Amino acid sequence: MDFQVVVLAGGNSKNLTPLVSKELPKPLLPVANCPVLNYVLHQLEQSNLKDLIVVVEGEDAALLVGAWISGTFIDRLHVEIAAVPEDIGTAGALRAISHHLTAKDILVVSGDLVSDVPPGALAATHRRHDAAVTTMLCSIPVSGPLESGSSGGKDKAKKLGRYNIIGLDPSKQFLLHIATGAEIEKDARISKRILHAVGQMEMRSDLMDAHMYAFKRSVLQEVLDVKDTFQSLKEDVLPYLVRSQLKSEALLNRTPQGEENSTEKVSSQNNQAFISRILANASTPSFHGIYSENPDGSSSTRKTHKCCVYIASSSSYCVRLNSIQAFMDINRDVTGDADHLLSPNNIIGPSPKLGTKTTVGPNCRLGEGSEMGDKCQVKRSIIGRHCRIGSHVKVVNSVVMNHVTIGDGCIIQGSVICSNVQLQERVELKDCQVGAGFVVTAGSEYKAESLAKKEK
Amino acid sequence: MDPRRTARTVSDPKVRQVGFFTPAPPERSISDPPRFQDPIQPPSPSPTQVNDHSPSGNSLSPVMIPPAHHHSDNFLRTALQVTSPTKAFSYSAKTVTIPPENEDVASSFSPGRKVVSAKSPSSFPGVKASSVPASELTTVSVVNLPPGISEKAGGASVEVQNDRPVSAKTLKEKTSKAERRALQEAQRAAKAAAKAEGTKASSAASKVVTSANTKPSKAAKSSSQKNDGSQVAASEKKGGDRAPEKDRKKDAPHPRMQYDDKSRVEKAKKRAVVKQTEARNRVELFRHLPQYEHGTQLPDLETKFFELDPMHPAVYKVGLQYLSGDIRGGNARCIAMFQAFKEAIKDYSTPPEKTLIRDLTARISSYVSFLIECRPLSISMGNAIKFLKNRIAKLPLALSESEAKSTLMLDIDRFINEKIILSEKVIVKHAVTKIQDGDVLLTYGASSVVEMILLHAHELGKHFHVVVVDSRPKLEGQLLLRRLVRKGLSCTYTHVNAVSCIMQDVTRVFLGASSVLSNGTVYSRVGTACVAMVAHAFRVPVLVCCEAYKFHERVQLDSICFNELGNPDAISKVQGREEINYLDGLVNQENLQLLNLIYDATPSDYVSMIITDYGMIPPTSVPVIVREYRRDHLWS
Repeated sequence: MDFQVVVLAGGNSKNLTPLVSKELPKPLLPVANCPVLNYVLHQLEQSNLKDLIVVVEGEDAALLVGAWISGTFIDRLHVEIAAVPEDIGTAGALRAISHHLTAKDILVVSGDLVSDVPPGALAATHRRHDAAVTTMLCSIPVSGPLESGSSGGKDKAKKLGRYNIIGLDPSKQFLLHIATGAEIEKDARISKRILHAVGQMEMRSDLMDAHMYAFKRSVLQEVLDVKDTFQSLKEDVLPYLVRSQLKSEALLNRTPQGEENSTEKVSSQNNQAFISRILANASTPSFHGIYSENPDGSSSTRKTHKCCVYIASSSSYCVRLNSIQAFMDINRDVTGDADHLLSPNNIIGPSPKLGTKTTVGPNCRLGEGSEMGDKCQVKRSIIGRHCRIGSHVKVVNSVVMNHVTIGDGCIIQGSVICSNVQLQERVELKDCQVGAGFVVTAGSEYKAESLAKKEK
Repeated sequence: MDPRRTARTVSDPKVRQVGFFTPAPPERSISDPPRFQDPIQPPSPSPTQVNDHSPSGNSLSPVMIPPAHHHSDNFLRTALQVTSPTKAFSYSAKTVTIPPENEDVASSFSPGRKVVSAKSPSSFPGVKASSVPASELTTVSVVNLPPGISEKAGGASVEVQNDRPVSAKTLKEKTSKAERRALQEAQRAAKAAAKAEGTKASSAASKVVTSANTKPSKAAKSSSQKNDGSQVAASEKKGGDRAPEKDRKKDAPHPRMQYDDKSRVEKAKKRAVVKQTEARNRVELFRHLPQYEHGTQLPDLETKFFELDPMHPAVYKVGLQYLSGDIRGGNARCIAMFQAFKEAIKDYSTPPEKTLIRDLTARISSYVSFLIECRPLSISMGNAIKFLKNRIAKLPLALSESEAKSTLMLDIDRFINEKIILSEKVIVKHAVTKIQDGDVLLTYGASSVVEMILLHAHELGKHFHVVVVDSRPKLEGQLLLRRLVRKGLSCTYTHVNAVSCIMQDVTRVFLGASSVLSNGTVYSRVGTACVAMVAHAFRVPVLVCCEAYKFHERVQLDSICFNELGNPDAISKVQGREEINYLDGLVNQENLQLLNLIYDATPSDYVSMIITDYGMIPPTSVPVIVREYRRDHLWS
């Protein structure tokens, strides 16, 4: 279908410390015992998109991700890994690989998207409107209805909760205004030209940008070339394209002229114009078309491009893993309501050894080779592979990654415990994140703290 | 032609007594036929005539031995491969063209086999290059494809899918002669039965089909079926390696499938690309037409965007646009379709062991059936497709692939230019002579030709007034009105309800048409018949403007046999007026049937003149045009 897929997998995310580390880059962060990148790749594979470019920040991370992909998706996907320097942003990452982009349209997916919205729907909308950019919007997930509630240490996560203000046209097909994150503090500035052309704008704050875009390649490359200060797709490139949709510079429309054949006589050019007029008259004009018309009805030289949206239906699941809270939510949902997202290669291994009187509640997932002692309780939690859990341990609403040792009598609530952590006896953790390799001493009690090994 | 002609034939307005909303009592239909046999005397073409210009299969030479141009084909393919290095790069480890520092990675892939490297991080030397401009890609996972794939220049995964069955070829060929024979027999029997049933159904539905009329339609149908059949047979003879397309083609729904025939509908459903849920309350009288829940097709098709491998993106896009109503109008749909086909032909490359002529025909057929699923074909499109297939079949065998493709693309361009654009210009030239100063012209809906006529007359400095009559739910007239007013024409806008009031002042009615049938019936946007009848009652001449490529040899007496049903929601809801919600909750009631017809048929008695690219003709001369047109252009 002439689409090229770029997965922006990211690298080390600051929002997710201490969960991610050098050894465990963000794309490999396990969600229900399965790296988060797997969800995106699996979904793309389902859609028959087997040619991917995965962009990873940082070389070490790229090596790790590459090794994982080649181990998991061998013979199933054709994946190329590109390593880009850290902190160049999403736009920078695309700029770095832009000379590898050749297809007519580029589908850009964030590697941390856990969703069941088929990418084909976005692509189809993009093609149908012949848009410069199409973005997927989904309703903002209800975050954190955990019993424990999100408090204290999650301030950071809360502040970063993505607030979007999105302006749509009445038919809900075109994007007229988008402001994300920090911009909201300021007054919203809406182009008068756009407002005038459309006549009516619907402002929504219940939608968020799912970070799945379809770009026209020529447009994307031009923008990245010309605006070399742009860092982020979401905060720079997309708003720029939306703002300039009615005064789009000639650069955005250069390709159609290039496509026309070189050997054209005047008559055939007339015919071309004729055909395009028939086609244009036959379709219901979008406001772009009406705007670019001169008052006398002839099409003018005003250049426009379309910014379309695909709004995922409210029944579909679509969340980005970009904060610890989101991480918890996704873990909960994936084992609970949205368990259809779990790809088949994620079936639980040989069932773990359980001690006597140990109960494992619903919506739990236990990795292979984990051992649990007597009289343990596990509720709504995920426990990774090869964990050793002592007796009288209570794990509620938590995520325990691989190779974790938990001593007797620990109580863990609403926490994330990374790989190779050692919890000694009678540790009580509530709403904590424990970084990889950390050792929690016996009898300690923590509440809403983030524990991690000191950087050397 | 005398504009104020006296009422020629019709003494009483022919009101069809067809039970629209009551399930038709069977005994009525017995009493009806005599009433309907006499009034219209269609100059129905005699059967010999029909045979004369029907395709009758002779245009397709039975078996064609591929000439030895495979060699040049291969040559071309490899040449193409060279010109698209990125594609080659992404497909196989054999042809990796990564810059030198990556060479050890590349060489460690054994071609076409599993990736050996990339197990340990140390085997990624290429990743080092991490400065912003030159980031290199490292292939970490390769799909294990059969080695032939890497030779594909077209590159799309289309070929990936199509190629696999080649290995199954030998298996399939082993079916014994007897088996094949039996299969053929069964198919033939099924076809005959279906045909009988089909005609029965259509006659039952229309209740007015006289014996004279069934003949040509049947002849046409059988000939077109024969057409299909002969192609299929020929391809079967060639060898059973025609993979999915053949299946698609064989069961491709007949453009006029009878949707009340359950077995056929089931069959069509199995193969359909677009999943369609049938409407719950189907209008009784129109059961033979596809009635689907609207609004369910688009999202479903969208989700399958990447899964429809054999579909060319351009064709897919056009299909989506048909489905969503982004493109409408006979000419526009036809042009859009042909442009998409042109793209598809440009990207086409003959698979190995196939001939271009047959494979491309099958390919086009699969595209067409996809488009039919998106929206039923218009007659203009049907004619255009016939033209294209004929051109493909007529390609000289000696032509190389690139030559054949360029010939076809030129043919498509020629068709668009000559049959659509030039003929519109000619029609405008003719029609403008009929507009005089002080005229009040009425038009209905939005016809591209009529719009051009009006604009041209305005440019010539004629002073006239335009009445644009419109109707819900499409309100296409508003778009036309907008363009006319912008050009400075003086216009009146009204809805079809008021047409009898405004008709007094009108001096001429200009109408567009979706098709003109050989008995002079004008098949056009629903409401046209009403406008024409009112005009006739007021003795206002009705001029129908229609390009000759939209003419069809079919005979149709009413708008029931063949029609298209639109979205019933469109008539039950009023956009922008939420307070009109009287039908809310009633839509799914058993005893309510919503009918939103798209087309209607205007009997020739209400048409004073048809303006076409061959000049201005009375509706009785349509068969002549149909015949001459076929002979001159389609079958030459």
